[in-house]
Amino acid sequence: MNIRAQVSMVFHLDKCIGCHTCSVSCKNIWTDRQGAEYMWWNNVETKPGTGYPVRWEDQEKYKGGWEKKPGNGQLQLKMNGRLGMLGNIFFNPHLPSLDDYYEPWTYEYENLINAPAGDDQPTARPISLVTGHPMEIKRGPNWDDDLSGSEVYAANDPNLDGMSDDERQLMFEVERLVFFYLPRICNHCLNAGCVAACPSGAIYKRGEDGIVLVNQDVCRGWRMCITGCPYKKVYYNWSTGKSEKCILCYPRLETGQAPACFHSCVGRIRYLGVLLYDADRLDEAVGVDDAALVRAQRAIIMDPHDPAVVASAKANGVPDAMIEAAQQSPVYRFVKEWELALPLHPEFRTLPMLFYVPPMLPLQAIANDGRLDVTQDSEEAADYFGTLEKARLPMRYMARLFSAGNEEEVAAVYRKLIAVRVYRRASTIAGEPDADTRKVLAAAGLTADEAQAIFELTAKPTFDERFVVPPLAREVAIESIMDPFTHKTKAGFGFRREAKRGQ
Amino acid sequence: MGWVKDLVSPQARRWEELYRNRWQHDKVVRSTHGVNCTGGCSWNVYVKDGIVTWEMQATDYPLLDATLPPYEPRGCQRGISFSWYIYSPIRVKYPYARGVLIDLWRAARAEHADPVDAWASIMADPEQRRQYQRARGKGGLRRISWDEALEIVTASTLHTIKQYGPDRVIGFSPIPAMSMLSYASGSRFLQLLGGVVMSFYDWYCDLPPASPEVWGEQTDVAESADWYNSKYIAVMGSNVAMTRTPDAHFLSEARTDGSKVVVFSPDFSQTSKHADWWVPVNAGQDGAFWMAANHVILKEFHADRPTPYFMDYVKRYTDSPFLVVLEPDGDSYKPGRMLRASQLAQYQDEENAETKYLVFDAASGAIRLPQGTIGFRWQKQKGQWNLDLKDGQDGSEIDPALTLLTDHDAVLPVAFQDFAFDRTFTRGVPVRTVETTAGSLPVATIYDLLMAQFGVGRGLEGDYPADYDDEDSPYTPAWQERFTGIDRQTVIRFAREWSATAEQTQGQCSIIIGAGVNHWYHNNLLYRAAISGLMLTGCVGRNGGGLNHYVGQEKLAPMSVWLPVAMALDWVKPPRLQNSPSFHYVHSDQWRYEGNFAALAPVGDAGHPLTQGHTMDIQRQAVRSGWLPFFPQFNRSSLELVREAEAAGASTPDAIKQWIVEQLRSGALRFAVDDPDAPENWPRTWFIWRGNALQASAKGHEYFLKHYLGTHTNAIAEDVSGEEPAPEGKLDLVVDINFRMDTSALYSDIVLPTATWYEKDDLNSTDLHSYIHPLQEVVPPCWESRSDWDIFKAIAGKVSELAAEHFPVPVRDIVAAPLQHDTPAEIAQPDVRDWAAGECEPIPGKTMPDFVVVERDYTNLRNRYISLGPGVRDGGIGVHGIQWSVADLYDELAEDRPAVHWNGARYPSLEDAKEAANAILYLAPETNGESAYRAFKAEEVKVGLPLADLAEGTRGVRYTFEDLGRQPRRLLTSPAWSGILNDGRAYSAYCLNVERLVPWRTLTGRQHFYLDHEGYIAFGEHLPTYKPKIDPHAHGDILRTKAVEGSIMLNYLTPHGKWQIHSTYSDNLRMRTLSRGVEPFWMNVEDAAAVGIEDNDWVEIFNDHGVMVTRAIVTARIPRGLCFVYHATERTLSVPRSPLRGDRRAGGHNSLTRTRLKPNLMLGGYGQFTYAFNYWGPTGVNRDTFVLVRKLEGEPRW
Repeated sequence: MNIRAQVSMVFHLDKCIGCHTCSVSCKNIWTDRQGAEYMWWNNVETKPGTGYPVRWEDQEKYKGGWEKKPGNGQLQLKMNGRLGMLGNIFFNPHLPSLDDYYEPWTYEYENLINAPAGDDQPTARPISLVTGHPMEIKRGPNWDDDLSGSEVYAANDPNLDGMSDDERQLMFEVERLVFFYLPRICNHCLNAGCVAACPSGAIYKRGEDGIVLVNQDVCRGWRMCITGCPYKKVYYNWSTGKSEKCILCYPRLETGQAPACFHSCVGRIRYLGVLLYDADRLDEAVGVDDAALVRAQRAIIMDPHDPAVVASAKANGVPDAMIEAAQQSPVYRFVKEWELALPLHPEFRTLPMLFYVPPMLPLQAIANDGRLDVTQDSEEAADYFGTLEKARLPMRYMARLFSAGNEEEVAAVYRKLIAVRVYRRASTIAGEPDADTRKVLAAAGLTADEAQAIFELTAKPTFDERFVVPPLAREVAIESIMDPFTHKTKAGFGFRREAKRGQ
Repeated sequence: MGWVKDLVSPQARRWEELYRNRWQHDKVVRSTHGVNCTGGCSWNVYVKDGIVTWEMQATDYPLLDATLPPYEPRGCQRGISFSWYIYSPIRVKYPYARGVLIDLWRAARAEHADPVDAWASIMADPEQRRQYQRARGKGGLRRISWDEALEIVTASTLHTIKQYGPDRVIGFSPIPAMSMLSYASGSRFLQLLGGVVMSFYDWYCDLPPASPEVWGEQTDVAESADWYNSKYIAVMGSNVAMTRTPDAHFLSEARTDGSKVVVFSPDFSQTSKHADWWVPVNAGQDGAFWMAANHVILKEFHADRPTPYFMDYVKRYTDSPFLVVLEPDGDSYKPGRMLRASQLAQYQDEENAETKYLVFDAASGAIRLPQGTIGFRWQKQKGQWNLDLKDGQDGSEIDPALTLLTDHDAVLPVAFQDFAFDRTFTRGVPVRTVETTAGSLPVATIYDLLMAQFGVGRGLEGDYPADYDDEDSPYTPAWQERFTGIDRQTVIRFAREWSATAEQTQGQCSIIIGAGVNHWYHNNLLYRAAISGLMLTGCVGRNGGGLNHYVGQEKLAPMSVWLPVAMALDWVKPPRLQNSPSFHYVHSDQWRYEGNFAALAPVGDAGHPLTQGHTMDIQRQAVRSGWLPFFPQFNRSSLELVREAEAAGASTPDAIKQWIVEQLRSGALRFAVDDPDAPENWPRTWFIWRGNALQASAKGHEYFLKHYLGTHTNAIAEDVSGEEPAPEGKLDLVVDINFRMDTSALYSDIVLPTATWYEKDDLNSTDLHSYIHPLQEVVPPCWESRSDWDIFKAIAGKVSELAAEHFPVPVRDIVAAPLQHDTPAEIAQPDVRDWAAGECEPIPGKTMPDFVVVERDYTNLRNRYISLGPGVRDGGIGVHGIQWSVADLYDELAEDRPAVHWNGARYPSLEDAKEAANAILYLAPETNGESAYRAFKAEEVKVGLPLADLAEGTRGVRYTFEDLGRQPRRLLTSPAWSGILNDGRAYSAYCLNVERLVPWRTLTGRQHFYLDHEGYIAFGEHLPTYKPKIDPHAHGDILRTKAVEGSIMLNYLTPHGKWQIHSTYSDNLRMRTLSRGVEPFWMNVEDAAAVGIEDNDWVEIFNDHGVMVTRAIVTARIPRGLCFVYHATERTLSVPRSPLRGDRRAGGHNSLTRTRLKPNLMLGGYGQFTYAFNYWGPTGVNRDTFVLVRKLEGEPRW
């Protein structure tokens, strides 16, 4: 056992309203500058949809993440497959192009104030932030927002690949039409493709918290990380010539604050906390067949109350405060204890440490002679909220996103989410669960106490319950460079050129 | 493995300093956004190096009850983008004026020593005037100094007053709640001046007229935390996930807690994602669904099995048991007026017997007089205005009968109308015969009439439907299918789940409703259909229940004190308050482009005088009868009129008033509304602040351009109702106060730079939560900007300065005030009588507007502006017809807080906005516990039941502006509002009424199913009913427009958008980047394919009113036949020219709209149908609009 700590995340998609406040809070603080305009360390995608950059999930195109070598089954970066990318660092055909992202723009706003007197109203045309010339806007970072039912975008969601033409067509009919949101940041993976792909060794995982960073002093702009990351969450800054990515707001974490996108999440969908994992079993976790990937990843996340786990963590130098944080981690509860939160595309085999609770969506409708019946009449208690079979999106779609195709993993989550609602309805209206409710709970594998706990943490969490930020002991880190007592007196003065005397 | 290594060494990680440095900042200050939004979110604003860098939500709202999810964080993608504006290239940094005007001004100024004379010289030359009017909106702005700007603005203002009268100076600013002092600055200035403040809530069509109709209340709704208490939530016409962004979490959290969520929306909206059932009801047909749901509720939960909770509720809290006289009508009868005490010998001598209404007492078998009706409210003896079920004459207990089914004298055939197919159904209704002073009359209970109207037969004879599958009989589940497109099974199941939940939870079912329903022509009927469902199941006045109307509804919490400050009632009353829908319909000449209103919608009695003619006829009658205000008042200056009256020997106010009446009677004086296009009746000087009055809210924008501004318009509609050609360019001067160069700024004559929301102090409150919190000056006003408070103070100062020459001594003015809600004028007109037709005497305040003589002191205008006047001290403060004293609190303010001295007196200072905020907080019952206690004491006197206990525990609370800066504070329970906030309880409307038996402010004091007004009966809207959607051809959007090849006609909807709050943020680069770079045109895939339009193509959208050019978004999410342009666009950003309209610059979303007013909403003078600002009057409906769309020919031309 080799226990390490990882600051991890849960996004509860049932609560996501797709507002993008998270994206803007990040943009304001981190990427609002030349070369970084197109970087959206945090973005929100509409699903079904093509995402950002366009069709990023299509690894036949982008060659991100890991694959098992034919033959020995050992893991290798997909980009290093037949082409052997490491030998071709000057030519990377799999990078997203400007067309896959977008050409950032602004407007001739000044024209509204400065236009000379004329015979018609002035307007502010769009201007490229790259060329400075007027431009046609053909793509943006959130181009297919709310665009369910688009034959251009939703229909080209790579996750629809496994569905029949009939099934696909249904998704654009009013009976089945639906969309939901998928907010994305860097997953701060345990087996990060970007780290592995960097020829310069500029990308690393921080030992204390697992945050993946691109060292801006070391990066040489090879951009292999951009291909290596199957989530396309590393971006090349065309102004500085270095790559940048989500830093999980470590300056905020280090001061006990949730990352900006978590803080600003007005749907209250986000949770942050420490997970303890067994680094000795990473190989095992990424080596299993697709269907077992979720279970395998869950298996290496260890019980922070288990004395053996605690002992190993301590032996690895994990501070007591970090272990205590892990014991209070809301992420642990969602991911491991309740098995409600699943990794996004585990088949990329990077062991992403951001987990998603899938969304409950409205029931399918039935067309009766042109009139829509939305009720799907049934007497089952659970049918008050609908059932899995009548969901607007096929389980297969959700499984493509969150369980490498294993539909039972997703179905098990939905059974629990519905059971919690049935349980709470019974508790609040009738006072206590009746026989039907107990049946629903049992079928979902939940006790009443568990259902209550899930409800509490989903519906009523306070700020401090959602974000359990571990103390990151900055004084200890600083001490290895400089006495914190001295640091206190010098911090913030920045670099100062030494006076050159006697020359 | 081995690829991924952890790196611990801090030495190797020194570069991490880079991002730490970026995060570091110098200062964090609490503020918020004063935009027209109900968010009311508290923000922390970060300052680095003296520059605002970013904002993050404050998360320190005090917690409510521990059973509720907390309020944090609040603040959306739009709010968090705000910092972009402050230093952006669209920021207005300096005062600007149109160059053409400046040249004319400087030339005139060189000729005239006095600025007012200089302005008069330009106005006297029609060619000069047209010269700068035609240049409006076409560039050529020039930076000028504040001194010059103030001089021009003041010259125009004083010229208008002198030449025409002060009620030709108008001002518009949207909903005050989110930056209430910024609003109050301009309105206070205008009211001191005698100018006109224009309404917003009704103009935006956000006022739900059903709320006054049913509850006598403008709007009162639950805070969003109370959604969580609901176990069944119907969301209709409201997209909370998109438009109530900081509140939406309560919906998903309620879901987790076992609430069922049903979303009615024609498109798969962002909120539909959160639904258990998404009901894709056809647009604008929610009413038909609810009418049928009510049929099921009445059948199964009232008739077949009378549910005890529902029975008790409707008996106590609704008008159901009140008696209505049935009038013979051919072979059958029709419902008439409510039976009045004055009609019975036993009760006719009661005070206000005309406005006391009667029930049938089940216990005694007699007609009885329940307390709490409006006659009791305004009688001399106080204490009987309550909902205790007692007889008002002898105090005995009564048990009103809901139905006469088992105890009737006869069953009479009563005719009910089906407006969809122009049919009449005759249905048996049980009646009692009552001996009145005019003979015996058949009467029925409203409850029995409802049963018949909804088609629940209960074994009675007549045209009742056989069962739910009877497709031809309104209002069965089968009947509604053809309108809604929704299967009958859905209606039945919905009604059963709804009722069962309401019964089990005692009323914890709620409706979240908004613009998607409220913006239709028949919005009042749509709303009443849904409200009926709530009332029938006892879901109003309960936590977790109620109609939660969220569009534009804002709640200005300390209203009772803010109002005197904002409307200068501390110095002068009454104020001049105008309902904007009427104003714009009349003055921007939109009335000219339509014919008689009968073409739009069916009425109940087509032979009634009120149901015929042109909307202008009803509008004029509404003004002369005192139902609605109108400014200018008269075709002569109100200052001159007083002078003339005095010259004619009228020395007292009463004599002057009588002189005016005689002038009107003789025709020597006319109401301006009778001839609005005569130059003396034009509005002249317009102040616009905090809003986008020429674009975002300008329904009929292109008509504004033509008739108000006199610049280019793309409208091609035909003037069908005017006699002379309509005037163009009515306005002399348009002054826009703004921080960004929006469309209104672009088209104005003068643009004054205002401080942004991070550069000034102000107060913010909303109804979506129950806190009050501040805007604060994070950085000083940037460049040459000033706060709105300081701008109007400066203009007031300039007025005082120039008045030394033009108005050296105070002058008298006469203000026309309509009959007011919450005053005894509510019982002025039980019947409609037109004095102008000789049907009654012209009596001010009774049969016509009241006329009040007031004093204007222009040389002391600035002094008054900065001083809280003696009116508050001497008259007390009040709201909803109650009044209480704050004289001691006023004196404390004057003695202990900043004060101003002039003319030998000392006043609490309003010199700066922070002082004004503190004065309001110190007097208001929501923020001063003593004031709340006194308010309840005053309410106790009227109601006669104990109430002040609700304020005992918080009597010592005093909030200051500084307190709010430290943390948002929760409001106190106050009779100004109807919810109870004590002990962390979530605010829900009407809990005071239900729990404490305080009447609603209606005719019966109860919630109304039945609208007892002669006009409502004539229009056929006395009972909840269904009227079909307006026919596109009758609506008349596409009469002169040719359907060019490759175009398709679509119903044009403008729901609130994701990337803007109205037009604010729509030009913000953050929001534009996250959307499509333009405000796009959303359409259905098949509709698009039919005319060859693909996603992101440029399209041209057009009708008689104007044209828009933008890009299309093509999706199956939008149903066929509809299109969306999210409200609201600017026409400033990325707008090409229109080939169809002469290659002129295309317009914005309001280029495609024109105002149509629903005439029965102009009726008044009686009960809840009396006027109050933003409370009563027609609304600016716009959803019935149709457009044509085609792919733009060729490349866009700029």
